[in-house]
Amino acid sequence: MASDDLWVLGISMTKFGKHPDKDMVDLASEAVLGALADGGVTMADMGVVAAGSLMAASAGIGQQLQKQLGQTGVPVYNVANACATGATALRVAMMAIKAGEADMGLAFGVEKLAGAGLLTGGSRKDDSGTFTPSGRYGAVAPIDGRIGTEIMPGVFAQIGMEYGHRYGGTSFELFARISEKNHMHSTLNPLAAYSKKMTLEEIMGDFMVAYPNTRPMCSANCDGAAAAVVISGAKLRTLSLEQQRRAVKVAASVLTTDPWEESCQILPDVNTLTRNAATTAYEQAGIGPSDLDLVELHDCFATAELVHYDNLMLCEPGGAVDFFESGATWRDGAMPVNVSGGLESKGHPIGATGIANVWEVATHLRGEAGPRQIEGARVGMTHVIGLGSACGVHILEKSAA
Amino acid sequence: MAKQIPLVDYLVLGDQPHLVAHQCTSCGARFFDRRNACASCGLTDFAMVDIPTDGEVRAFTIVAFAAPGIPVPYVAAMVDCGGTSVRANLINVPADPDHLSLGMSVRLATEVIGTDDEGTEAIGFGFEPKEA
Repeated sequence: MASDDLWVLGISMTKFGKHPDKDMVDLASEAVLGALADGGVTMADMGVVAAGSLMAASAGIGQQLQKQLGQTGVPVYNVANACATGATALRVAMMAIKAGEADMGLAFGVEKLAGAGLLTGGSRKDDSGTFTPSGRYGAVAPIDGRIGTEIMPGVFAQIGMEYGHRYGGTSFELFARISEKNHMHSTLNPLAAYSKKMTLEEIMGDFMVAYPNTRPMCSANCDGAAAAVVISGAKLRTLSLEQQRRAVKVAASVLTTDPWEESCQILPDVNTLTRNAATTAYEQAGIGPSDLDLVELHDCFATAELVHYDNLMLCEPGGAVDFFESGATWRDGAMPVNVSGGLESKGHPIGATGIANVWEVATHLRGEAGPRQIEGARVGMTHVIGLGSACGVHILEKSAA
Repeated sequence: MAKQIPLVDYLVLGDQPHLVAHQCTSCGARFFDRRNACASCGLTDFAMVDIPTDGEVRAFTIVAFAAPGIPVPYVAAMVDCGGTSVRANLINVPADPDHLSLGMSVRLATEVIGTDDEGTEAIGFGFEPKEA
């Protein structure tokens, strides 16, 4: 292993779901202690801590964790970056190592969102008083629901529909079948928030949130945490052969934002920044999409998963519908996608998501995924996207040790 | 006739209601909000331009669940008005997939969205299907 390689030494996630008896520090502690034990190291070995939480970054969740697990005096970076928060925390720890400021670092992400409902979109009271223009649009009254929608299920519904308009072949049923796949996958994942199989009829007949996304086609708000210990190649060489064998190589780590495109301030463009991140990641890793054995991508809604097949170049441009129809993205297909159950079924505790997906891929590369193991997995990709926007992509490779 | 005020400052009322945008004089990028600079090229000079009132639906969703106080269902959409993308609701059409289609031709329409304590009407906009 080259000295300037980056590796995941230890990694862990909590069960996603409802944890009414645990606060965010409890959840984060469980994940962090799990990652440290998995890597055979302690808090005293960590030269840097990156703490991701959309809801608690401003409350210093990183220092709160230190006050339970070890106040070692090392720098803590509390980060929030929409749904890319976890991946951003991971990148911060990696950048500190690449910069030579630490040889081992901790990244964790945590959120408590069970029962949170819609996370965006403003409520509306009766209009009263005197209409007075305010804000960047000079609006005299709230515009959510009057000039389009700000709710995520509606925004991502349009993103899937726009793909359908450009290339054809989409339908309510097609998007529902993507969700059916992910709900089926999660039946093998004991850490998923929802692990019950759902039939196509149940998914299509469920409560409609924003056509064509019904409730099970939306990411599941839930509680959870995930944590990773990252390490330089030089430092890893000083550890035991068993630690070197189980370490997972970070072949690419990329974060992008959305470059300006004509319609990007009207309907968020989740495509260009994902394609840019994937392109850079493939270059960094020196591989192509056909080398991937599994992918965990950001299926915040069923309508989003479809467009990311294309954005991550898992299929030909414009070919996402045919690619899905071929069965490729089922766990027994040519390119298994979201074998964890994805955000729709495993769940989406926002800050944890971008580390939990790395845990999923790393667990397969280590051959430790039990009944849902993708046999012989050697290379995998993770992807998250947060509106605003930020996209994180990681490519992970099995250790040759 | 009651005094009227547009819901947003980029809606121009009058005999032919239409939308306007800030167009970057350097690169041509268009924006509906108050600008500090151009997000495409970074320069700071803008001119106001009229946006065509006819368009084509590039994406839509039927929002059936929203925050308290927001009537549902409603149809949110992205409309391509001669190369400029516009966010709007589709109005004067049932909020039902059978009456909506990608690529459908629409035109700008206005509607009263409320009246304040002084009797001033706020006028909003949406896009309605063009007659077949």
